[in-house]
Amino acid sequence: MSDLRELYQELILDHTKRPRNCYVMSCANRTADGHNPLCGDTVKVYLRIEGGVIEEISFQGHGCAICTASTSLMTEAVKGRSVTEAREIFAGFHDMLTGVAAEQGLELGKLQVFEGVREYPVRVKCATLAWHTF
Amino acid sequence: MSSGAAATAAARLDLERVRAEFPALRQEVHGRPLVYLDNAATTQKPRAVIDAVRGFYERDCANVHRGVHVLSQRATVAFEQARTAVKAHLGAADSREIVFTRGATEAVNLVAASFVRPRLGHGDEVLVSHMEHHSNIVPWQLLCAERGATLKVIPIDDRGDIILEEYERLLSERTKIVGVVHISNALGTVNPIAEMVAAAHARGVPVLVDGAQAVPHAAVDVRALGCDFYVFSGHKVYGPSGIGALYGRREHLLEMVPYQGGGDMILSVSFAGTTYQEPPHRFEAGTPNIEGAIGLAAALRFLQGLGLEAVAAHEAELLADATAAVLEIPGVRLIGNARRRAAVLSFVMDGIHPHDIGTILDTEGVAVRAGHHCAQPVMARYGVSATVRASFGAYNTAAEIEALVRGLHRVREVMG
Repeated sequence: MSDLRELYQELILDHTKRPRNCYVMSCANRTADGHNPLCGDTVKVYLRIEGGVIEEISFQGHGCAICTASTSLMTEAVKGRSVTEAREIFAGFHDMLTGVAAEQGLELGKLQVFEGVREYPVRVKCATLAWHTF
Repeated sequence: MSSGAAATAAARLDLERVRAEFPALRQEVHGRPLVYLDNAATTQKPRAVIDAVRGFYERDCANVHRGVHVLSQRATVAFEQARTAVKAHLGAADSREIVFTRGATEAVNLVAASFVRPRLGHGDEVLVSHMEHHSNIVPWQLLCAERGATLKVIPIDDRGDIILEEYERLLSERTKIVGVVHISNALGTVNPIAEMVAAAHARGVPVLVDGAQAVPHAAVDVRALGCDFYVFSGHKVYGPSGIGALYGRREHLLEMVPYQGGGDMILSVSFAGTTYQEPPHRFEAGTPNIEGAIGLAAALRFLQGLGLEAVAAHEAELLADATAAVLEIPGVRLIGNARRRAAVLSFVMDGIHPHDIGTILDTEGVAVRAGHHCAQPVMARYGVSATVRASFGAYNTAAEIEALVRGLHRVREVMG
């Protein structure tokens, strides 16, 4: 029971039910599709990148709670960051999920909420689906 | 798949004794007794199958069809007896109509390559239903792309039944084969195969039936069905993985070209040319999965020992009870509610993704499948990307249905 709460924390459920930045962006200058063949989940990420900085980011798609919340929180985490910084965040996020010691000094903030996914190896793909579109 | 009347008439399974035959069922996962409801993906193995495979390794391990020594003779006899067991189980007329394959998928590919390819021309058509498993779609797509032919789809209605009038309309002189699933792995629909075969044969069109989900749950009689080809996998019928069989009518197999080249499928080889074995060995290049075939025969004997009518009646009862119980949970919607269903309960819950349901049920010890069940077109037909699927076997109990239902209530609690 407590294990499940580790996985499905309030913040995750909140972002699942009310995903942020979930819309089709008409002025996007980059889009990318993520697809999980295991479950058929798909997510499309829209980006407006100006001078190497992510000015605007949104997504559309359907996925499980972990996938939807991860995508929603990703958009919050990388908005306003440079593409390079976004990639660094992903690397740190991925390391956390796969149990590799996180890089020193990297601040994952709210993304730390996904730490519980580490106990569910088959769900790591759910948590990283949208991130792989980078 | 029996009706309610048949269910009461059939002898009842002694579930305690059935379960005692399956070592894997006696375990806990996450501190809970295992409730295994993923039988449509694969079944657990009874002691008889484990012993048959082990017995081969411990006593009879040798290659087949070539040794003069005792072990090779024993292995050959056991392997060919396994073929006879499959023949008898499917009601085929002749053991030479049974080809061992890696499973249903390879059997479909074999028919596509050796039977359909030579007769499929530009503008011809292959006809499959909307509820097929990817294994009965993709081999035909590959072949159609290669031959400039078209894959046509038989529509299904909202309940999950094939629309027979549409099917008959789609049959034409261009149709070179119909591929249809006997029991749908995603919806549980039992298709009216005999009727569909008769309609196809009236137009001279041969029919392949995917029986992967039917052989574990129903008595199959290929001659009564009238089909030209019937395929299934061992691991879904309490047997080993990596073994399955193709039934093909003798007159078809005789005219078919080899599938793969290699040892065991030839009469003589020279660089000037090679002459091939008669069927079925023509289609079994290389050393086969000998222990798999022996294990499969043991599995079929085990199933017959339980009695297929008793198994079907028991599973029909589980399905009816599970359907009623799951529908009482708020927000549950069945995917597939065909006139005749067997052993498969596919559903979604409002606002909760099947993957999350699967993970939460797992923590309760309940193993189900969450996903598209290798049948994405039928998922799309219902406007979902995935479902939760509970699928039943001979060893499942009413208490396990209750555990499933308790687990689904837990899902609501966790996900809100």
